[in-house]
Amino acid sequence: MTTNMKKLPKDSFERITIDSSHAEKISKPSLSFWQDAWLRIRKNKAAIVSMFILVFIVFMAFVGPYMVEHDPEDVKVAHASLPPKIPGLEKLGIFDGEGKLGSKTVNLYELKKVEVNYWFGTDSLGRDLFSRLWKGTQISLLIAFVAAVIDVVIGVIYGGISGYYGGRVDDIMQRIVEVLIGIPTLVIVILMIMIMKPGIWSIIIALSITGWIGMSRIVRGQVLKYKNQEFVLAAKTLGASDTRIIVKHLLPNIMAIIVINMMFTIPTAIFFEAFLSFIGMGLQAPKASLGTLINDGYKFLEYQPHILFFPAVIISLLMIAFNLIGDGLRDALDPKMKD
Amino acid sequence: MEKIVEVKNLELSFHTFAGEVKAIQGVNFEVYKGETLAIVGESGSGKSVTTKSIMRLLPKSSTEYKNGEILFGGKDLLKISEKEMQKVRGKDISMIFQDPMTSLNPTMTVGNQIMEPLLKHQKLSKSEARKKSIELLTLVGMPKPEMRMKQYPHQFSGGQRQRIVIAVALACNPKLLIADEPTTALDVTIQAQILELMKDLQKKIDTSIIFITHDLGVVANVADRVAVMYGGRIVEVGTVDEVFYNPQHPYTWGLLSSMPSLDATEEKLYAIPGTPPDLLDPPKGDAFALRSEYAMKIDMEQVPPLFKVSETHYAATWLLHPDAPQVDPPAAVIERMKRFPGSRYYTGNAGGVR
Amino acid sequence: MAKYITKRVIYMFLSLFLIASFTFVLMKLLPGSPLASASKLSVEQREVVYEKYGLNDPIPVQYVRYMGNLAKGDFGVSFQYKNADVTTLIVKKLKYSAILGAQALIFGTLIGIILGMIAALKQNTVWDYGSTIIAILGISIPSFVFAVLLQYVFAVWLEVLPVGLWEGWKSSILPSIALAMGPIAIAARFIRTEMIEVLSSDYILLAKAKGANWFEIAFKHAFRNALIPLITVLGPVAAGLLTGSLVVEQIFAIPGIGQQFVKSISSNDFAVIMGTTMFFSVFLIVIILIVDILYGVIDPRIRLSGGSK
Repeated sequence: MTTNMKKLPKDSFERITIDSSHAEKISKPSLSFWQDAWLRIRKNKAAIVSMFILVFIVFMAFVGPYMVEHDPEDVKVAHASLPPKIPGLEKLGIFDGEGKLGSKTVNLYELKKVEVNYWFGTDSLGRDLFSRLWKGTQISLLIAFVAAVIDVVIGVIYGGISGYYGGRVDDIMQRIVEVLIGIPTLVIVILMIMIMKPGIWSIIIALSITGWIGMSRIVRGQVLKYKNQEFVLAAKTLGASDTRIIVKHLLPNIMAIIVINMMFTIPTAIFFEAFLSFIGMGLQAPKASLGTLINDGYKFLEYQPHILFFPAVIISLLMIAFNLIGDGLRDALDPKMKD
Repeated sequence: MEKIVEVKNLELSFHTFAGEVKAIQGVNFEVYKGETLAIVGESGSGKSVTTKSIMRLLPKSSTEYKNGEILFGGKDLLKISEKEMQKVRGKDISMIFQDPMTSLNPTMTVGNQIMEPLLKHQKLSKSEARKKSIELLTLVGMPKPEMRMKQYPHQFSGGQRQRIVIAVALACNPKLLIADEPTTALDVTIQAQILELMKDLQKKIDTSIIFITHDLGVVANVADRVAVMYGGRIVEVGTVDEVFYNPQHPYTWGLLSSMPSLDATEEKLYAIPGTPPDLLDPPKGDAFALRSEYAMKIDMEQVPPLFKVSETHYAATWLLHPDAPQVDPPAAVIERMKRFPGSRYYTGNAGGVR
Repeated sequence: MAKYITKRVIYMFLSLFLIASFTFVLMKLLPGSPLASASKLSVEQREVVYEKYGLNDPIPVQYVRYMGNLAKGDFGVSFQYKNADVTTLIVKKLKYSAILGAQALIFGTLIGIILGMIAALKQNTVWDYGSTIIAILGISIPSFVFAVLLQYVFAVWLEVLPVGLWEGWKSSILPSIALAMGPIAIAARFIRTEMIEVLSSDYILLAKAKGANWFEIAFKHAFRNALIPLITVLGPVAAGLLTGSLVVEQIFAIPGIGQQFVKSISSNDFAVIMGTTMFFSVFLIVIILIVDILYGVIDPRIRLSGGSK
């Protein structure tokens, strides 16, 4: 305890008046919820890299099929089973058009006198794999995205009504959910595909038929949590209508959790589509999706591994990217993680 | 008197997402044998951090001890190895936490949790430890201790759980007991029971207690001495009577004025204006100046040192500097000071002496 | 607790009832039915077949009979394999699928727990990142991509393990690893999150304040509390294994239920598809029920508070 008594200038002890509003001043700039989330997620390198990968894949899914002159569904038997060939890369010993014929490695393009280049090669029917890959990615993404949106819409409406109105309505709605949630996704998806012809829409419907349940439970939980909080009660006291309370007060608060969940629903849908195609319940040729491409590639794995390689890489990248972005968003938006 | 623990010039920071938080900025105090020192202050004033640093319980990854020492039994607790520290924790120093609902392991029987320090530090056999645990449960006033030993925490009420936590803390007759707001999470009636229990037990086993609280009523009830913390510093320290009836620091004045009392004449309850300082970027000079109506120019420039009021009473405010102008504390505080012999407002026995 | 179990069992039967009714309706709607090759049969033969399968009875009678058979564990008769009933078919193939599933579940969960523990105890170190990467890959990469990769590397390229078919335990290694990726990833992520949460809880602080050392904190106090909730993910893990087994068995030509199921899809053998689907449903629903009850039994917080959440 140093009692320092060194001489201080006399005027040091002049009384000053502190504007107490000054003490209340908040020195940090105030950030909106989403700005704050963005600042957080920006520090998550994995999520940022994933976003770039995702943007690239989505871009290619729409532009890729038009980058080459080959149509993804054109069958050209003369050009069947060609290995990848990209002009300019030949010197590096990759994408040089060489492939196995029996046990010898030969340049199949020269052998078959093919003048054009197939960047990622062709399949057993001579369809261009580059355009097929991106067309397939496009369809897989479309299925996953639409299925996820349907899940969100039904889930939010169902969960919202159940949670907001509560009481009898909630009771009945939750009993239904409890029965439905017992049905395994795998089982319901297979049964639904059996009724409908395999196709884009039947897969979407099959995926959505029980997919919304998870979302509805989350939304209900959140609505239950928020609806009795003071700011909602205050809005009610001020005479806000139910619609206004739901749209202006509840939805913004549960938006984050909806977005996070959507980030996990999409890869699940991508997986299920590919899975169905792999077991033969997916899209029918000549339509392509990542699943059918992988299924095709698997049949020729031993001699033409490249057919499988590209779609397998794209589907893995997509799944990883969505999962990492989902993780990143969860960490960024979860208020528990603040400080 | 024998010093049990002495904290010297302690400075520590947390490294967080937002930057360096200067949580403790030079704290000095000591605890004597058998006494109860209360540390009071707002949330974020550094009172919990100070005591957790005595136990070295702060997260290693983000905590930086910048300066100072904590002397206990001739050793600097900040310098000894983690292994040696483990021998101190639970044996010589033990701790009671704020929320009894979360401070017991939910999947371990209460008996095992009480026996743990006994088995570890006193090297008792299982049956001896069991016997001692039952004694401890009896000591903290738990009925049917044998049966209760086999139960899990969720089968106990909040007050009962805090009794168990106290039993755990007292298991090895510690020299120092740190109670971090032990009654804050409890109902008022239970609070009183726990406080009585602690006072009673302190007499029985002659332990020193550091009692952290923001409740001045509790302080008056249990403490021998009081340290007031603000913005990571101790701003006033003294005996209970000195701090309650002859306070010197404007922050202590504010605290006492905001304490509701039955004989208060004012109708409106006083509230200290403003918010606690942002320790990410602590203000220059006296951290309380921005909220004080007694601020002086120097408060904006230099941190006040602790000025001596009496042998046991110190306060860190430039108002105590000999050159400082004399100011009158708030009316409620003057009322208090009138009752304290030695204060300048003392009015007791006016006609008698001298 | 008893009340909770009763409630859960009732819901279980409701779910199963719904699925069963749904499959019955499907059987009636589907074009293939038992008479896919009916045109080749004469009218008399057709009558015999109809009579044999009870297809002449009114729909409600058929429905009741179908449900009754299911309750007895009779999942119907294959159209493809002459007179082979689906139950026998499943039982015959069950062994292989069960071996793969059990190996994947046990080893996968164990490895996942170890990875998750390491990640949580060595948070923000290379160990943590390594284990997190494995978990992300395990969750993201579809089991069939991973299975094909394993097959290509270890069987086709390095030739150290069989490409496929069942030739003893060695044949089970690659498919089990392919299936185990899911459990590894799920368990590792779950244990990591749980451990980190538990390690920051008040009772761990109190344990530290008692003088417990690192080992006692990690294993005596934290591990048990982090491990118990892991039981809750066993349901989804089992569902994932089942889904995975369909493709993994197909890829490695394992003569299990999964491969049988995929085959029956390509040959439009609806009776086997429906029967197996029913079997899958019962299997998963019962697993989830057992898991929930088990959780209640193991966790003292739930065990003794009478099942109220």
